[in-house]
Amino acid sequence: MHITLNGDPYELSEALTIGRLLASLSIDPRRVAVEHNLAVVKRATYDVAVIQPGDQIEIVNFVGGG
Amino acid sequence: MSSDSFVIAGKTFSSRLIVGTGKYTSTEIMQQAHQASGTELVTVAVRRVNVTDRSKESLLDFIDSAKYALLPNTAGCYTAEDAIRTAHLAREVGLSEWIKLEVIGDERTLFPDNAGLLEATKVLVKEGFVVLPYTNDDPITCRKLEDAGAAAVMPLGAPIGSGLGIQNLNNIQIIREFSGIPVIVDAGVGTASDATIAMELGVDGVLMNTAIAGAEDPVGMADAMRLAVISGRRAHLAGRIARRRYATASSSPDGLVTGP
Repeated sequence: MHITLNGDPYELSEALTIGRLLASLSIDPRRVAVEHNLAVVKRATYDVAVIQPGDQIEIVNFVGGG
Repeated sequence: MSSDSFVIAGKTFSSRLIVGTGKYTSTEIMQQAHQASGTELVTVAVRRVNVTDRSKESLLDFIDSAKYALLPNTAGCYTAEDAIRTAHLAREVGLSEWIKLEVIGDERTLFPDNAGLLEATKVLVKEGFVVLPYTNDDPITCRKLEDAGAAAVMPLGAPIGSGLGIQNLNNIQIIREFSGIPVIVDAGVGTASDATIAMELGVDGVLMNTAIAGAEDPVGMADAMRLAVISGRRAHLAGRIARRRYATASSSPDGLVTGP
């Protein structure tokens, strides 16, 4: 299943929830924020929101800055 | 000095120095610099996670949340829309409702696009963010940002990372005089005296990143900046002497052995 993840094409073998996607990437959900088709996803819904073909996912975190 | 408190949006800080987390050569040096600076508030940027390289540690592992509050920024945003989007993401990480709002107007100077900044400030204030906008030394823009509900206003001293020091002393002083909210000089500080000068103008705080992270000895500079901000604040509160064109002798001529 083709999606766009952080601006790049990405293949999901099956429809996953945001929570499952983060787990598969070894990403701690408490350290990131996620956008699903340009809408910010509330952390409480990570295990509810299912990713569909063609979806655009952005996963961001805090990095050094001024 | 306990009555001279630094309050932003109802939160009291004992340090008037806000420090960045960017450009350090190592996280260890960053931690030591933060410690030496005495800061209680550090800025962070919002960027995509590297999904292919999971070996990099998280910046948050090196920021003790018991000691430092986080001020996420919208660095790299050139439109109000992008800044608002970034602010939403920053808030959703769940560690801060504060935002250092940057809407940049030019790549080389990184000067703010004040129109976009004002627009984004209005939107984010309405959504309950604590907005600290990075702006320039224009008192009218600062007034508009205050009217729009900003929690503090952050005029730049000079371009980000330039180390040029406070370029428009008079305007910064005017901004402080006109403002009903805290004024924090953000950007352009190069060395300790720049921070002291800013505080002597009466501003409430100073924010810097490159001045510390880019110094040869960041930890030493962080300590210098801590002292510089304290020193400048005390000098301001102590009420300096007036500037005079000519001399006024320190002792009366009466009783001079060599006198008439």
